[in-house]
Amino acid sequence: MKKKLLSLIMTGALVMAMTACGGSTGASGNSGSGATGNGELTGTLKLGVIGPLTGPAAIYGNAVANGAQIAVDEINALGTGFSIELNAQDDEHDAEKSVNAYHQLQDWGVQAIAGTVTTTPCIAVSAEANSDRVFMLTPSASATSVTDGKDNVFQLCFADPNQGSASAQYIADNNLATKVAVIYNNADAYSTGIYQTFKSKASELGLQIVSETTFTDDTTDFSVQVGDAQSNGAELVFLPIYYTPASLILQQASSAGYKPKFFGVDGMDGILTIEGFDTSLAEGVMLLTPFSADATDDLTANFVKAYNDKYGEVPSQFAADGYDCPYAIMAALKFYAGKNGGLDVTGMSAEKLCDILIKVFADPDFSVDGVTGLGMRWNSNGEVNKEPKAVVIQNGAYVGM
Amino acid sequence: MKMIKNASTASKKAFINYGIVIVFFVVFQTLVSTGNITSALKGQLIPITCYMIMAISLNLVVGISGELSLGHAGFMSVGAFTAVIVSSLMDGASNPARLLVSIIVGAITAAIAGFLIGIPVLRLNGDYLAIVTLAFGEIIKNILNCLYVGIDDKGVHFAFNNPNALGMDPLGKVIINGPMGAVGISKIATFSGAVILLMVILIIIQNLVNSRTGRAIMAIRDNRIAAESMGLSPMKYKMLAFTVSASMAGAAGAVYALNYSTLVPKKFDFNTSILVLVFVVLGGIGNMTGSLIAAGVLVVLPELLRKFSDYRMLVYAIVLILVMLVTNNEKLKGKIDTFLKKFRMNISKGGRKK
Repeated sequence: MKKKLLSLIMTGALVMAMTACGGSTGASGNSGSGATGNGELTGTLKLGVIGPLTGPAAIYGNAVANGAQIAVDEINALGTGFSIELNAQDDEHDAEKSVNAYHQLQDWGVQAIAGTVTTTPCIAVSAEANSDRVFMLTPSASATSVTDGKDNVFQLCFADPNQGSASAQYIADNNLATKVAVIYNNADAYSTGIYQTFKSKASELGLQIVSETTFTDDTTDFSVQVGDAQSNGAELVFLPIYYTPASLILQQASSAGYKPKFFGVDGMDGILTIEGFDTSLAEGVMLLTPFSADATDDLTANFVKAYNDKYGEVPSQFAADGYDCPYAIMAALKFYAGKNGGLDVTGMSAEKLCDILIKVFADPDFSVDGVTGLGMRWNSNGEVNKEPKAVVIQNGAYVGM
Repeated sequence: MKMIKNASTASKKAFINYGIVIVFFVVFQTLVSTGNITSALKGQLIPITCYMIMAISLNLVVGISGELSLGHAGFMSVGAFTAVIVSSLMDGASNPARLLVSIIVGAITAAIAGFLIGIPVLRLNGDYLAIVTLAFGEIIKNILNCLYVGIDDKGVHFAFNNPNALGMDPLGKVIINGPMGAVGISKIATFSGAVILLMVILIIIQNLVNSRTGRAIMAIRDNRIAAESMGLSPMKYKMLAFTVSASMAGAAGAVYALNYSTLVPKKFDFNTSILVLVFVVLGGIGNMTGSLIAAGVLVVLPELLRKFSDYRMLVYAIVLILVMLVTNNEKLKGKIDTFLKKFRMNISKGGRKK
């Protein structure tokens, strides 16, 4: 009997390991050589990406890796003598595996890292990178502890406190509601982090939080949380969570006949792409996000087209973050090359490149225009400064507010 | 040499295990100090050692005591988070001292957790016991998900489910922040420290197994009624094995935690418990040598398979299936055994000639 149970468990573990496999990435090699001089940037940069390419968070890691791949392909096609060699490594959204992936990249000779994608692994890797002096630009790890006390780590996305307080600010400024309910995932660092800053900012602004309910990763029934918000008369439900549970909450609120305003953050981005989800339920949902795929500016339109052509789907905010990372690093190197009479990055040590990039990113004159924001600037703490965009879902599409 | 020859088979096996650990340490320490090691492997040395400790400690419960435990990662997390608190409290002391005290306190806390959980769990048998240990593993994880711990001048503050209830000085530092886990852990674990711990634990386990107590534990495993009729208390001996195993998992967790700058409760979920169980089953239930080797190989394997990129975990699963099939194949086993026997005979013949 024990053997039977054991074999059942083993089979289960194997099935899980096998289903965790998916996505597609590839490294592109393109040799570029050139000499320094006359303020030009030349050479080949070995750029590493670390993210969950398999496992439950694979959707984010693959989006970032795909976005970065498109950016790298575009940069290499420019033929300016500067090119990037990309190497994406899987971390399964686990700190231990992420450090392993980082060491793998080191053996490969990585010069700078665009990563890691998720927060917890990023904290672990950034500590290693800080002592090894390797520059990191994380596309989407949003906790403050990612950059805290590490001068070599910069964020391309908003930090959690910014998202929480910006959401509260936005709700108060636009008089969206006075009675607010919050449903958050208390087993998730991202969700809890935003909730904590939202709560303190909300009480500062006089927003009344009438219901606070939690769930964990495996929750599929949200009737208690929705019911609590409904019975306490919340006019707005704040959902600092990822889109999969959010879609369930929307469904269950609708079947309970509860129609408050829903307000989400960047993790909500992607809710319209869920298969089998009735997008009419998401009608009127507001979210703060740095990227909307239907924006009409050239930069976004080109990126969305390229992404759609290559991977057959509309890019999410994570893909956009991934796309901006190689461009931001190239812009920084160009900025340095322009000021210092040229730069050849081929074979340059990671330490040396790290010093250069830290100097440029912390420079108040340095700014980058990307698909996730125009005029992005960084402070010396590594936090990005850009305008959050609020979008609302109308007729099954994100519309700027 | 004479001493080893005269020793019993059990202690011969024990000496083989000590030898494996010493060789493992000497080889990799030399590679590290001469710089001939990839940074990928170098970064994995401490986690490998931790998983080896986990494997042999779980083997004590699964192999020697004969109870299938599916919540071993829970005890590892108790030790890990305790070690984080202890090492933050000892900020300023020398690193080896911090590591040592963290390991000891982590092991003691995990032992207490093991004892408390053992009281209800060990009243059960077989499948029921397995399922309840699984539940307790999840309970520990979820409790840690709600736990907030902070340190300020006045000492340590604990809060449940609400970080604002910590009531700390503004200068205080939150060290465990619920689901966000612990961040900013000082990385004080060393490879040599981890190997010394592995050695100590191996000595404890092997001496325990070969002692009167160990024989009592195995007698209860093999025939509970017969053992009881000889006056052995099943509860007492099972509890002993379970608690000792829990404390060892706690010690492994302490070293593991102090090797990374961040630690989240989610890491120690059901999957980690199963991973350790896979080491034990693959290495052979009750076989310490097998556990050591299986843990080492299976921790390194996914990293070696990175060149398969997307198919990495698929290949890993296939390798696991093949190994299980091969090691359980009676024909192959028989061939290996006859080969080993011949090999041994040749050696002893050679020895006699001298």
